[in-house]
Amino acid sequence: MTNPEYELPATYTVGEVEAGPPCCEPVPHLSIANLSVAYGSTLVLDKVSLDIYQGCITALIGPSGCGKTSFLSALNRLTDLIPGAQVSGRIQFENSELLDPQLDVLALRRRIGMIFQKPNPFPLSIRRNLELPLREHGVRRRKVLEERIETVLRDVGLWDEVRDRLDKPALALSGGQQQRLCIARALVLEPSVLLMDEPCSALDPIASGVVEELIQRLRGRYTVVIVTHNLSQARRIANYAAFFWMQESVGKLIEFGHCQPLFEAPVDPLTLAYVSGLRG
Amino acid sequence: MADRAFTLAIWGAAALVASAFLWLLGDLVWHGMAHLSWSFLVSAPVSAGREGGIAPILVSTLLILAVALAAAIPLGLGAAVWLAEYTRRGDALGQGVRLSLDVLAGVPSIVFGLFGNAFFSVFLGLGFSILSGGLTLACMILPIFIRTSEAGISAVNDAWRHGAHALGMTRAAALWHILLPSAAPAIAAGLMLGIGRATAETAALIFTSGYVDRMPESLSDSGRALAVHIYELSMNVTGGDSAAYASALVLIVLIVAINAGALTLSDRWLARRITLS
Ligand SMILES: Nc1ncnc2c1ncn2[C@@H]1O[C@H](COP(=O)(O)OP(=O)(O)O)[C@@H](O)[C@H]1O
Ligand SMILES: [Mg+2]
Repeated sequence: MTNPEYELPATYTVGEVEAGPPCCEPVPHLSIANLSVAYGSTLVLDKVSLDIYQGCITALIGPSGCGKTSFLSALNRLTDLIPGAQVSGRIQFENSELLDPQLDVLALRRRIGMIFQKPNPFPLSIRRNLELPLREHGVRRRKVLEERIETVLRDVGLWDEVRDRLDKPALALSGGQQQRLCIARALVLEPSVLLMDEPCSALDPIASGVVEELIQRLRGRYTVVIVTHNLSQARRIANYAAFFWMQESVGKLIEFGHCQPLFEAPVDPLTLAYVSGLRG
Repeated sequence: MADRAFTLAIWGAAALVASAFLWLLGDLVWHGMAHLSWSFLVSAPVSAGREGGIAPILVSTLLILAVALAAAIPLGLGAAVWLAEYTRRGDALGQGVRLSLDVLAGVPSIVFGLFGNAFFSVFLGLGFSILSGGLTLACMILPIFIRTSEAGISAVNDAWRHGAHALGMTRAAALWHILLPSAAPAIAAGLMLGIGRATAETAALIFTSGYVDRMPESLSDSGRALAVHIYELSMNVTGGDSAAYASALVLIVLIVAINAGALTLSDRWLARRITLS
């Protein structure tokens, strides 16, 4: 499915990188093999196999209901919390079997953060939003907490906007600021992978642009998997793209590869139809 | 024209209700104040309550209430959390428990009194005591407290649950730091409904905490609650009317004070743990 000999086009490798290596490495960070997800007896995702590369941005595209959210939720085991959800297959992640029932899922979710479609800061102060997950993972020292909070707020470009009102409610922030706070809240745990489920779709175009730029800056330092319905956004930011589609009402991975060729010269006619806007 | 008549009717109904209430309150204050004094609050009743005061009764009332709350709050919160977070929607066991609670919430208090007498006083051997009375009241306020709190917890935005889980927080942490504080107003409301009912309760207490009007020395002593005292004075004691009025006034003030206290506490707690915009 992948064409490793294809060179990454320059526009996708440089970007606005401020930290970390400028390009992602073609090293698999998550190796997914035959991943299937079912809710009760309804199969919604059938035998998906693909590698998510270290430090790269991988975009998941496809129509609603084809299992993209289910796919993401399997990657940080949020599916464990859905009654009746069954996940099968293998996922290798940093030398461990991610689907192993013995795995410490709380520690896993610290390594693999998730951003939701609708910004969901807790109804706490901005500071408490960032402090709470850290404290829950055993970081207690005042000084460390403050440093980490400042660092992540700077990382998401929120520091100058909120430094004077850290103790004010997070829910008073604008939608775009809330989403950046949620990204900061995920980053504060120092994850290596970030899963983003349509992170811009609830935002206005300007806020969406800001968040998109932020995601670009995460490239290299974090492995990002992003679901987006905005195909031009996927083209702008992703190194790799995966196209999901429903066949007989079961979600399948149709095509996976470097972003640009997937959009410009897709192998599968379904992909071609989707990216050229003929269907879906 | 029809609209004006309608508006008038609405205002009329509101005025009627308000004036009935004000009349009741006015009557109570008017008659109650005459007999009310500091010494009424701090002295023991004399000649079946016609003379003297209500000090031991006030103490018994507060003790019964304290026992009831100490039992009902942890149990009730636990049950509410279980119903809201640990049973699936449509789950048979959960539905069964909900239904039973709703039925129990409508059961007349005299039934609780008889149950309390049979179970706490006789079966557990607690006799006529503040403990029996308090525990009986706890049973009585639990159904409504649990259901209100459960509704409050269930109503908390699911996005926060998902967010907390995605950050690797434990269920307990999500509950303690986010869900319970967000549900605090509903929990406080449930508690106040319960306290209001418990403080004004007579039937459930006559057979459990009894009506000994001496100062209780421990929780295993019998103690007369204010509402029982009022009932006793107005029904069985000739010439006890003015003392009954004064006691009723104290009861009202007590309920208002406890409710205000519960509200302030929940607001404080909320403000400390959570900042809703
Ligand atoms: N908790 C759930 N229980 C049952 N079915 C679900 C659940 N979540 C999603 N589904 C179903 O799984 C399918 C895939 O959903 P989802 O993963 O959300 O797709 P997408 O994110 O691509 O829109 C849909 O048909 C949806 O109805
Ligand atoms: Mg989705």
